[in-house]
Amino acid sequence: MASKVTSAVMRQGLRVLGVAVRTEKAVFALAVLASAVYGGMTVASAWALGWATENVVLPAFAEGRVGAGALWAGAGFILGTALLKALGVAGRRILAGVMQYRMQARSRRDVTKQYLRLPLSWHHRHPTGQLLSNASADAEAAWAPLAPLPMAVGVIVMLVTAAVAMVFTDLVLALVGFLIFPAIAVLNLVYQRRLSPLATRAQQLRAEVSEIAHESFDGALVVKTLGREDLETERFQRRAHELRDANIAVGRVRGLFDPMLEALPTLGVLAVLAVGAMRLSGGAIGSGDLVQVAYLFTLLAFPIRALGWVLAELPRSVVGWQRVQAVLDATGSMDYGTREAAAQEAGPAALEVRGVSYAYGEAEVLHDVAFEVPAGRTVAIVGPTGAGKSTLVQLLVRLVDPDRGAVLLDGADLRELAYGAVASSAALVPQQTFLFDDTVRGNVALNLDTPDEDVWAALRLAQADGFVARLPEGLDTRVGERGASLSGGQRQRVALARAVVRRPRLLVLDDATSSVDPQVEAKILYGLRDAAEASTVVVVAYRMATIALADEVVYLDHGRVVDRGPHEELIERCAGYRNLVTAYEREEAERAAIEVAGVTGEELEEEIEKEIAGEEEEVSA
Amino acid sequence: MTVQGIHGNAERSALATVRQGLSLTPEFRKGLGVTLALAVVATVGKIIVPIAVQQTIDQGLKSGRPDVAYITWAVVVCAAAVLLTALAAYVMNVRLYKATESSLATLRVRGFRHVHDLSVLTQNSERRGALVSRVTNDIDQISSFMQWGGLMIIVSLGQLFVATVLMLVYSWQLTLLVWICFIPLMIALPRFQRLLSRAYTVVRERTGDMLAAVSESVVGAAVIRAYAAERRTAERVDKAVNANRAAQTRAQTIVGFVFPLTEIVAAVAIAGIVLLGVRLGLSGDISQGRLVAFLFLVTLFVSPLQTATEVLNEAQNAVAGWRRILGVLDTPPDVADPGPKGVELPRGPISVAFEDVDFAYPGGAPVLREVSVRIPPRSRVAIVGETGSGKTTFAKLLTRLMDPVAGRVTVDGHDLRDVRFSSLRERIVMVPQDGFLFDGTLEQNIRYGKPSATREEIALALTELGLADWLEGLPAGLDTPVGQRGESLSAGERQLVALARAYLADPDLLLLDEATSAVDPATEVRLARALEGVTRGRTAVSIAHRLSTAENADEVLVFDAGRLVQRGPHAELVGQPGVYADLHASWVSAARS
Ligand SMILES: Nc1ncnc2c1ncn2[C@@H]1O[C@H](COP(=O)(O)OP(=O)(O)O)[C@@H](O)[C@H]1O
Ligand SMILES: Nc1ncnc2c1ncn2[C@@H]1O[C@H](COP(=O)(O)OP(=O)(O)O)[C@@H](O)[C@H]1O
Ligand SMILES: [Mg+2]
Ligand SMILES: [Mg+2]
Repeated sequence: MASKVTSAVMRQGLRVLGVAVRTEKAVFALAVLASAVYGGMTVASAWALGWATENVVLPAFAEGRVGAGALWAGAGFILGTALLKALGVAGRRILAGVMQYRMQARSRRDVTKQYLRLPLSWHHRHPTGQLLSNASADAEAAWAPLAPLPMAVGVIVMLVTAAVAMVFTDLVLALVGFLIFPAIAVLNLVYQRRLSPLATRAQQLRAEVSEIAHESFDGALVVKTLGREDLETERFQRRAHELRDANIAVGRVRGLFDPMLEALPTLGVLAVLAVGAMRLSGGAIGSGDLVQVAYLFTLLAFPIRALGWVLAELPRSVVGWQRVQAVLDATGSMDYGTREAAAQEAGPAALEVRGVSYAYGEAEVLHDVAFEVPAGRTVAIVGPTGAGKSTLVQLLVRLVDPDRGAVLLDGADLRELAYGAVASSAALVPQQTFLFDDTVRGNVALNLDTPDEDVWAALRLAQADGFVARLPEGLDTRVGERGASLSGGQRQRVALARAVVRRPRLLVLDDATSSVDPQVEAKILYGLRDAAEASTVVVVAYRMATIALADEVVYLDHGRVVDRGPHEELIERCAGYRNLVTAYEREEAERAAIEVAGVTGEELEEEIEKEIAGEEEEVSA
Repeated sequence: MTVQGIHGNAERSALATVRQGLSLTPEFRKGLGVTLALAVVATVGKIIVPIAVQQTIDQGLKSGRPDVAYITWAVVVCAAAVLLTALAAYVMNVRLYKATESSLATLRVRGFRHVHDLSVLTQNSERRGALVSRVTNDIDQISSFMQWGGLMIIVSLGQLFVATVLMLVYSWQLTLLVWICFIPLMIALPRFQRLLSRAYTVVRERTGDMLAAVSESVVGAAVIRAYAAERRTAERVDKAVNANRAAQTRAQTIVGFVFPLTEIVAAVAIAGIVLLGVRLGLSGDISQGRLVAFLFLVTLFVSPLQTATEVLNEAQNAVAGWRRILGVLDTPPDVADPGPKGVELPRGPISVAFEDVDFAYPGGAPVLREVSVRIPPRSRVAIVGETGSGKTTFAKLLTRLMDPVAGRVTVDGHDLRDVRFSSLRERIVMVPQDGFLFDGTLEQNIRYGKPSATREEIALALTELGLADWLEGLPAGLDTPVGQRGESLSAGERQLVALARAYLADPDLLLLDEATSAVDPATEVRLARALEGVTRGRTAVSIAHRLSTAENADEVLVFDAGRLVQRGPHAELVGQPGVYADLHASWVSAARS
């Protein structure tokens, strides 16, 4: 069973290598050529040494003199083979690198392009860490066997030449070689088979240790405020100790096999000496042959392991390749139509949401949502926490596509619009601000060549011009990872400027001023109202001032549109809505009443209890 | 106030760094002598082959006819020696792996703990990725050096030494020749290493850029789609990936040219040995066996020099790794736990006082100025003020995430700096502005507030906070996965969980810093009331832009540009002209119809 599995892995691994070879035919051919030169010259260098021993050294000692021609020829052979071998080594290494890095880069580019192409719903289903490692570690692992591959091919050439050379030198000595070298190869294979799962586990644990550290440092503030340093250290230590044990297990196997692999060829040389002595005494070979074979053994001992390296990398390579391939094969990419943005290039857009449903995996969070926003109007989406507001606004700018129903911009289904058409008409300011590790200007303008005046105008509208002007390098200040060097309210305002700088025909704001104090918020809202003449606006909001700007309110609860209409009407007839937006007022009114009545704390609590119960009935009714 | 960043650059010499690094890892030094002795035995094994060859040729073939008995005997002795050295190598390897891995695991855990002990400001002085690297990759670099590079240095030097000794025994003239051939290479090696190390530095930088570019396409997926910035991002990624590939190829090319140099030099040496050796043989200065043995001895020079550049490079990386982890351990936590000699606060109602507190972020202008205030036990305090007026800073001082530059903060009369962390963190808990959640379930995240809590306690806590309905609405209830950083929950839900987590910790003073800014008003009011009920008898401080909180507080603290400008109950403040009345007016117009 196990061997079946591994042979399947081997087959797949060879297929992966085949892909690389087909993609980089020329480089691979050259690398193999270089490696073959290297392999041939390794054997030749042993032969040159044997030749020099036989024709220069031994005659010199036997006859007490030596011909200058033979002497220089010996030296020439030795140097010549070495030079060619060196060239082979350099070529092999460099070309193997070229091939490996090209394949890596290709996978990385393809994977990232796919990330950019796949819909956001796909991103929701895949953890960030996994996607990052697909593009880095997996792309690397997939093509790792390419580094020793040409050498392995060269080693095969080397072995064949060596076998021929030995057979021609002496059959009996060759037999020793035929015993020793397969033994080395098999031992190395056993070694790599034993090592591979342990090394993979250690690698996995290394990633986990790193993930824990990452998450733990990310949440450092929570850890500190709750005083959970010990708990975190324990969590980290547990995994760090597992990693330690895994590394030691790897070390045991390495520690056992490495000396064995080194001892085996040495024992081979000794065997050659013993057997060779007998052959010498029989006169079958000369001393030069003995030296040549012994030297060949010392030379071959190391490169022969290259075969094992390739085989050892295959399982990891297969896993890496499959992960990369899974991304590349992912379907459901967002398709675009051919329609350009609607006819009236300028002026506000009209929006219609038609019977839209959406689910994260199994859980449907939007059910048959429908409403429309006539051009130039402002609609507020109001609803309790978790009602699905943020999900809904993502549909409006086609970050995700609905499972059922459609969103129409100026009468055109968003799915029929050409790439870039939605983005050029609509802009979303998400609830969760995301800033790139870039300058303020880069974050506002993104891919546009926006003149600085326009950037400043947008910042002014977002009430961000003041603090940006005070930043050390103004628009050129880098904002750091996720905008870390700005405060929450500042980040929100930069994100707002990013949206308004595009003069969108549809502006969608998702609770985009929650970290801003009421005074600044009021200024932003007035500014927007004046500038928004050219926009249709959809705004998710809780605050009355924002809602008051809207011509109509859509009240969303548990993913359904419970009611919609002007604020004044809704507040009359929709209990849930009334309950939500007047919460603060009622709260104050009740307190005032209670204070007047002079109730005690306990009574107050009962009162509150009753009040809560009452509200709940009202809502569920 | 002197907040440092984390140390980590070349303040200390390489040797001192290694010495101090090793002094922190007693596990490594224990039994190191035995391990090194085994390493020496293992190295001596390398000269067995040349000796055997020499013996065979000189002794076994002396008489013209091979002396098979002698050769067999010599081969058996040598084979026994080979097995012995292999055994020595095995024992040495296992000892070395155990010692290094144990010591580095200790170092890793210490480093990790120390990062958490550093103050928030020190932690924030470095990118998260770099901080993580200090307890992961940097330590891995040390380990690969200790297990391979460091060993290689010892083995290589040993190999060169024993080979040279044996060579000198055989022939000093040829030894001189071999060294003359190799010395120029040895001199050039450090130069090559510098070249290579620079190339690798570039590779590392490009890899970092590449990862950053790729991660942008994942982390910023929503923004990229919203603004059709795919092409711009793809271009950036392509550029970064290609730059990375070019750097890798360049480094590999250097390796490709440097690596085989040794073989060429060795061939020159071998040719020289043949040329000179034959002359020496003619004058009777060397036997033929010794001459042939020399050819084998030269191969012992090849691998140490071939790997030297890589070994030197690893050594450099290891020293850098040590510097970076020592940099963490050497950075004193500037907001330190007084330890066992510190004050333990008994549980119960808690009072806090700020006495003439000033604060400035390192290198920045003053953010809080002469703040003096007393918060009596059991009181409900609201803090209001414009964005950037210093409210969060006040909260961080109150929870001792930072220490004041001047003045002091006291709890129940004790200076905060004298209170043990274990006691302080139990009694004063803050819910920060953004609700960070750990990847796991709802239950696991709430339990973080009180590790011993049962599932029932957790459900009860949510009920007490008036969140039972919300919980019921979730398909998987307490088992709902929250995703990384809590991103599978809606923003408001994330805040609810963070609040429940702090509530379960059951502190005597609960501090909320805009902890419900993304929660809908009805839930917020319900939550506020519930909190009011359940925290009765405790001290509660909340920072909020929604002034309903202030209206209900016993006392309101109003901050403006770092100063505490007004304080008193809402009813009193709202009547006076001033910052509070203005804030309140804009709040009223924002919140009410
Ligand atoms: N990425 C996600 N994966 C799974 N569930 C999600 C994800 N984002 C939101 N949800 C769930 O969908 C529901 C609606 O979320 P959301 O639209 O963010 O609500 P709102 O913005 O109205 O507060 C919530 O119950 C939330 O838990
Ligand atoms: N980590 C920091 N480094 C430097 N300056 C900071 C840092 N955090 C806050 N500040 C500055 O300190 C001032 C007060 O900030 P903060 O206390 O967060 O205000 P608030 O909570 O009232 O909005 C602001 O001007 C802000 O820019
Ligand atoms: Mg939301
Ligand atoms: Mg704040």
